[in-house]
Amino acid sequence: MNAAENFDVAIIGGGLTGAAIAFGLRSLGSRLVVLDEGDVAYRASRGNFGLIWVQGKGAGLPPYGAWTQQSAREWPRLAAELAGATGIDVALAQPGGVHVCLARDELDRRSGKLDALFAQPGFQRYDVEVLDHDALARRLPGIGADVVGGTWSALDGHCNPLKLLRALHAAIAGAGCAYRADRFVTWISPAADRFELETLAGRIVAGRIVLAAGLGNARLAPMVGLEAPVRPNKGQVIALERVPPFLALPVETIRQTDEGTVLIGDAQQESGLDEAPGLDVLATMAARAVRVFPQLAEARVNRTWAALRVMTPDGFPIYEQSATHPGAYIATCHSGVTLAAAHAYALAPAIAGGRLPPAFNPYTAQRFDVPQAA
Amino acid sequence: MTHDFDVAVIGAGPAGLVAARMCAEKGLATIAYDEQATPGGQVYRAVTTSPMHRMGILGDDYWQGASLARAFARSGAQYVPRATAWAAAPRDDGAWQLGISVAGTSSAPVARAVILATGAQERPFPIPGWTLPGVMTAGAAQLLLKTSALVPSGPTVLAGCGPLLWLIAWQYLNAGVKIDALLETTPRGRLAQAMPHAAGFMLSDYLAKGLQLVRHVRRRVRVVEYVTALAAEGEGRLQRVRYEADGIAETLPADLLLLHQGVVPGINLAHAIGCALQWNERQASFEPAVDAWGGSSLPNLYIAGDGAGIAGTAAAAARGALTGLAVANALGKIDARTRDKAAIAHRAELARALRGRAFFDTLYRPADTFRIPTGDTLVCRCEEVTAHDIVEQVQRGCPGPNQLKAFLRCGMGLCQGRYCGLTVTELVAQERGVPPADIGYFRLRLPAKPVTLRELAAMPSSPEALAAVVREKGTH
Amino acid sequence: MFRRLPDADLATTATVPLTIDGKPFVAHAGDTVAAALLAAGQVAFRTSAVTGAARGPFCLMGSCFECMVTIDGVADRQACLVPVAAGMRIQTRDGTS
Repeated sequence: MNAAENFDVAIIGGGLTGAAIAFGLRSLGSRLVVLDEGDVAYRASRGNFGLIWVQGKGAGLPPYGAWTQQSAREWPRLAAELAGATGIDVALAQPGGVHVCLARDELDRRSGKLDALFAQPGFQRYDVEVLDHDALARRLPGIGADVVGGTWSALDGHCNPLKLLRALHAAIAGAGCAYRADRFVTWISPAADRFELETLAGRIVAGRIVLAAGLGNARLAPMVGLEAPVRPNKGQVIALERVPPFLALPVETIRQTDEGTVLIGDAQQESGLDEAPGLDVLATMAARAVRVFPQLAEARVNRTWAALRVMTPDGFPIYEQSATHPGAYIATCHSGVTLAAAHAYALAPAIAGGRLPPAFNPYTAQRFDVPQAA
Repeated sequence: MTHDFDVAVIGAGPAGLVAARMCAEKGLATIAYDEQATPGGQVYRAVTTSPMHRMGILGDDYWQGASLARAFARSGAQYVPRATAWAAAPRDDGAWQLGISVAGTSSAPVARAVILATGAQERPFPIPGWTLPGVMTAGAAQLLLKTSALVPSGPTVLAGCGPLLWLIAWQYLNAGVKIDALLETTPRGRLAQAMPHAAGFMLSDYLAKGLQLVRHVRRRVRVVEYVTALAAEGEGRLQRVRYEADGIAETLPADLLLLHQGVVPGINLAHAIGCALQWNERQASFEPAVDAWGGSSLPNLYIAGDGAGIAGTAAAAARGALTGLAVANALGKIDARTRDKAAIAHRAELARALRGRAFFDTLYRPADTFRIPTGDTLVCRCEEVTAHDIVEQVQRGCPGPNQLKAFLRCGMGLCQGRYCGLTVTELVAQERGVPPADIGYFRLRLPAKPVTLRELAAMPSSPEALAAVVREKGTH
Repeated sequence: MFRRLPDADLATTATVPLTIDGKPFVAHAGDTVAAALLAAGQVAFRTSAVTGAARGPFCLMGSCFECMVTIDGVADRQACLVPVAAGMRIQTRDGTS
């Protein structure tokens, strides 16, 4: 393959972030390409837990609370459009969700954290109830005696993240957009009116590019005058066999999927690029899950995995348009499931419009530049 | 940090029995765990308890396993039957933290070195209808004979290729069982392909025994050669077997179909622990990468027997001995000179056992048609994913088994890819025109066999783990 | 599908009375639950979680997970890995629950 392939827009990265943006831009048809790596890569989007989560988000950056709520509101539209375009039901359910606490002081700390969150100037409020054990037990039969209480928000929900990724890709393909796997991007050469991408399997030329390569963004961003100080943050998941339906609401670290399996997702560790689950962490997660739902003790663990969240220094996304190369955009976050609707319906149109509006200013990487002491 | 044992051996088949005996005899605190109730693995299954011992049906080779089991029992090694090893994690001090499940309760012993001797499994044999009750592997039927003196009672068809198929046919004939047909799937021209390796085979022990056995079966059983298609049919259970050979199709009534097209290494535990795998082109299977002593890519973790690469029972025993010697040296019980001197005889045994393998492997390499199915044939039995489903995703750009697993759930069922992994890799390789070695395999993780959440919770935690999970929760 | 060889050393092997789907059956010491079920004439042991199709044992060595039955009230145990014991209650998916 010697000749370069030409497109109007190239999205580097076919994970949930890149695929959601591509979905929002799919009217471009064959003028859009999504580039992906090979079968074994640091794919955060194969490790997602599946929460569409609002409660607790935005401490330190109030607009993020609003951004998250906006995405949760638009999610039903995304699920419907995907079902219509592809026949794939991504199993969206937004019944509300609970964050459980296993000790009195934990519950007090959680409650205080939410108060402080809402007290931020300009924060877009929503209702959260602090529930004691008995109130929680009414919503979640079978909840363990060790659970002292939790916080409930009606805005929380979940979906099947693997079906979501598959549906986004099917919709993009259905719209005639191009998808190229095994296209690890080695170099980006910006020219006057285009970007030339060198990949491991040939050259791609595009008028505009979107860097949605997760951890790979750190290497690619400087090539187009952007920065992406992202680091891997390891989370782990335990997948249990199918059990009879018992959990209608997602609990922040335990959810029952549309297929009947139960997932337990938790843990944050800075352990570089190591993607192996640790037995000690899995054991700790399992012990905690059994305290939350004792009936799960006899369910069988079928699979475990670890995945690397793409973590910025403050945990909030980076959305930015390059000042030096205005056709280059970057999008990175660690909540690709929750934000999928916002990425498709708000971020993608902004990119299509050629300029990111001021609403995205809080998300540039400049916020990480620490002013030098005088 | 203390440890519970010097050596933990996982698997009590020929390799495990010999390795454990060798380690114990050299003075190492040794324990062997095995999933079955009695020692012997699969090839010597039930050798110490079989009801078949006065009957001259199973053949002398089988009964040799009894002496291996006796030597192991006398060695001083501990033995835990009905134990499933589902986890192994390296500790900072180089020892291994194991997860062992017995009767639904898990313990977490620590051993300075681990020897995996988990052996082989039947190669997947995906044909239309292979999930119907009444379709089993030939190995499964042989286990029923060895452990329980059970033989087929109705119309029975054997199908596939490889020495085990002929062996079980011979054993059944000895037992007076009627076999309706043996459908041989070795393609035309294979013998010619295998001939360059014939010299080794001629000198091997397999030749005389094998020819006699095959001749005996051919005289008494209807053998159909060069079968190019197979299907199991029936409503809720197997009722018919349909096959094609030389352009002619025939349907046979059957209530038992025994499939066999060779065995492949059981790699799940090794791969889940993190051992590097390599593709063996001649045998068309993945195996863990090991050195001449059975050392894997991970420190203090060894792999012996068919689990390290298919080479047969005699080779497994020889490799078990070599690995036992290597571990005894690594843990300071014998010096390198003693190890190397003792190894000479075992290397000679191994070389002798390997003579003729190249011929067999070439002759009995299953035909592409039976390794790589098409259309509605199920590839993943557990999640019911068809060949067509997989090909469709690959045509849409899905590059390999792990992305396929994410999109189709193939490989996510309880068998953890044991009966579909190789098929998926080869199907993707064929569709993409890329060698299987470049496609790779499902990325497997712990647990290597399903265990309850309670058993996972019983594994030791650590300060780092608590910090990772508890964080601002503040309590645990 | 399967029968016992009449001359095998079964006279010296202890017999093991148990029940299969509520009906009494006599197995032999050394049988796994799977072998006992097959000796009793059971063809299908369970149904597939995905489509409900009938499934029976395939590998009999603990790696295919097709032979799962309920033993003494505990569901989804691999019948090929459990030796029979006197008084054991075995329930297949087809039978009474």
